[in-house]
Amino acid sequence: MRWALTTAALLLALVLVCVDWRGGKTTPINVIGSTSIQPFAEMLAEEFNKRPTNNLQQNWTVDVQGGGSTAGLQAAVNGMADIGMCSRELKKTPEEAGTFTPIVIARDGLAIVVHPSNPLNGVTKSQIQKMFEGQITNWKELGGRDQPVRLITREEGSGTREAFQKLVMGKSRISRKALTQESNGSVKELVKHDPAAVGYMSLGLVGAELKALTVDGAPATAAEVVANRYPLIRPFLFVTKGPPSDKAKLFIDYVLSPPGQQMLEKEGLIGAPNKLEQP
Amino acid sequence: MRISPKHSQRIAVTVMWAIAGLTLAVLAFIISYILWHGLRHITWTFLTEPPQSMGREGGVLPMIVGTLWVTGLAVLIAAPVGIAAAIYLTEYTREGRMTAIIRFGADCLAGIPSIIFGLFGFVFFVITLGMGFSILSGALTLALMVLPTIIRTSEEAIRAVPKSYRDVSFGLGSTRWQMVTWVVLRSALPGICTGVVLSIGRSISETAAVMLTAGSAMGFPHSIFESSRTLSLHFYILSREGISMSNAYATASVLILSILGINLFAYWLMRRFVAKAV
Amino acid sequence: MTTALTQTVGLTRPKTTRFNANPIIRIVLMLLALSAMSGLAIITLFIFKEGVPIIAKVGFRHFLFSSNWYPLEGEFGIFSMIMGSLAVTAGAMVVGMVFGLGCAILLTQFCPPRWVSIIKPAIELLAGIPSVVYGFIGVAILVPFIRDYLGGPGLSVLASSIVLGVMTLPTITSISVDALQAVPRTYGEGSIALGATEWQTTYMVILKAARSGIVAAVILGMGRAIGETMAVIMVAGNTLDVPHSILDPVRTLTSNIALEMGYAAGDHRKALFATGVTLFVIIMILNTIALTVSRRRSKGKVLAK
Repeated sequence: MRWALTTAALLLALVLVCVDWRGGKTTPINVIGSTSIQPFAEMLAEEFNKRPTNNLQQNWTVDVQGGGSTAGLQAAVNGMADIGMCSRELKKTPEEAGTFTPIVIARDGLAIVVHPSNPLNGVTKSQIQKMFEGQITNWKELGGRDQPVRLITREEGSGTREAFQKLVMGKSRISRKALTQESNGSVKELVKHDPAAVGYMSLGLVGAELKALTVDGAPATAAEVVANRYPLIRPFLFVTKGPPSDKAKLFIDYVLSPPGQQMLEKEGLIGAPNKLEQP
Repeated sequence: MRISPKHSQRIAVTVMWAIAGLTLAVLAFIISYILWHGLRHITWTFLTEPPQSMGREGGVLPMIVGTLWVTGLAVLIAAPVGIAAAIYLTEYTREGRMTAIIRFGADCLAGIPSIIFGLFGFVFFVITLGMGFSILSGALTLALMVLPTIIRTSEEAIRAVPKSYRDVSFGLGSTRWQMVTWVVLRSALPGICTGVVLSIGRSISETAAVMLTAGSAMGFPHSIFESSRTLSLHFYILSREGISMSNAYATASVLILSILGINLFAYWLMRRFVAKAV
Repeated sequence: MTTALTQTVGLTRPKTTRFNANPIIRIVLMLLALSAMSGLAIITLFIFKEGVPIIAKVGFRHFLFSSNWYPLEGEFGIFSMIMGSLAVTAGAMVVGMVFGLGCAILLTQFCPPRWVSIIKPAIELLAGIPSVVYGFIGVAILVPFIRDYLGGPGLSVLASSIVLGVMTLPTITSISVDALQAVPRTYGEGSIALGATEWQTTYMVILKAARSGIVAAVILGMGRAIGETMAVIMVAGNTLDVPHSILDPVRTLTSNIALEMGYAAGDHRKALFATGVTLFVIIMILNTIALTVSRRRSKGKVLAK
């Protein structure tokens, strides 16, 4: 019998040791929201937490959580988050634009992605809209191969989807036949392996394995986004309830600083206008 | 033409073996597929370092610690309660309305899907009780989830203790509580441990409930009030976001190996237990 | 047995003048034992409290029988997801029953003990593998296979059914094994003595005698399948359409919740809880049927897992 207790005790001890190791008292700066921004924010947080600190800063560590743009806004309202992440523009309602201070940390293109073997190179915005409405059902109609169009969309509430809805779809609805995936990564995985698929995702995450279509004649590249020629651009926002608190400002300032911005640009995003926006 | 009974017997037995063989093949395939792709990426640094650039590089130490915390805490909460419930059912009451209610509760709880536990944990622990996404919220949710397993296995283990043990204990003048703690629990311990070990396995592999309660922060958890990402959720996120397939496979291998270890341990306990009871 | 025990206790308990802690211990233990029930009660309470108002607001019938799910426009109809869950569960039961029952019959009737000690733990291990791993294998192996050889997007009812079938197999097997083992040996022996082959005996006598236990096993397996989340999100495709063939993608009740929960606010979140309420009710009905069926078989024997 003793061995069972010993095992249990050892296990418990291990847990406790693991946790006390690195103990250090820290207060988290909670950053919650959009899964599109999350990977970038995590990277920034890692660097922020690692950098040499002085006495004033050493107690702060940034803690990044996903959950989605809407959850991020909510978390910022109820105090769970010091900073919310939102991958679309705020709605012009008292609940959103009236409550939050938005800070543009970067801009991102929305890429329309297809399988690399797809012969089609470019589409127009209205063609994308017709495809996602379910009106264009075969690639042939766009001058491509004779195969059905397989739509891939994001889930309801995703900032990427809302940005797509606003920029492309307008008032019309995305077809119910569209496959729904819960992240940029799974959209990518799906499109990568399916020659008939078309999806939309963050331009910064497209990579070399997919083909991003030219939209209205503008190729989906960072340069075109910076030049404001590519039509599908959305902001990546940090939002705070009212003006940012002191600790929130620490991280925001870091993200807007040259090293922070360089890191984002290296990852394929487009830098922000380097200042705090007033509501 | 009718198939003769002898033939049908042979066909049926062949089909059964084929089915069982296929089942074993599926199991072997899943395990070897993950380990084949993952084992070579498991290094000492992978196990002892925090992840870097969202898990693309670096290791999984915070996730291992988070998993240990969530699982350990869940079992630490559920085991005493579950074992107490089992003692009550077997030693302190007769079959009646009360036991029926308790059993109904446990059976129904056992059937509830993990996503419902997740929803509940989210609205109750995370929001209503204000614990936020934290190890504590996750552990409490998981504790509720594994409670029925612990009650059930403990009850079976306690019931398997021969009645004569109890009689002797009483005969020697012990009180009921002394009898339970000194005699019954002691001989039922391996059986009870099996249940607890299986619950640990179940908590480690749970994803949906943990995602909605413990959150997905990648940082090193410093207390149970902080959010932490468990290994299974880390694997889910790595593979779904396509961040790093090699790290995803390595994480899955760590998961599979711990599940294998836990099941082997439980199996060993069970055999010991059965050998003892006979 | 318990009654006998209590009597023994009454006879043999020594008379002590010390403070008697027994009643207190009993009450404390009882309260702890009620934790599962109170857990169930509080889960029910909170899920319903969050979900029911929105069902009332949308209208019960509209909520269940409309397949318009446009949460941001305030349209909440979950018909297609109910159909999705049912389709996937039905498919999973075909797979789970064939394999689960096959394994159970083999283990109890035809298998030499040495093999039982290999197959049984292996099937238990199958139950221990995390659902995310199942989903992952499904996406990596099964989905491309279906897409390339059978057509459609690959993410489909078929893929989910196979994955869920394998996942529910351990539940079905272990409960069926219990049921088959509970059949008195004399039944089988009688049949063999009458000249029946082992298979005829199994088929005509044992399976019939264990029928209610097997039904319970299948129903509990259904509960498992309908409640599974992570694996389904990964392989089902999550479209909003009612599926017309097994190669069509579907969205289930569970994946609807897990997909959108992180993002939802206000009525949308409440509607997801309402989806949870629907799922909860379905599961409770299935559980109750399974419990009643198995209780009729053997009074007092409980089923968990």
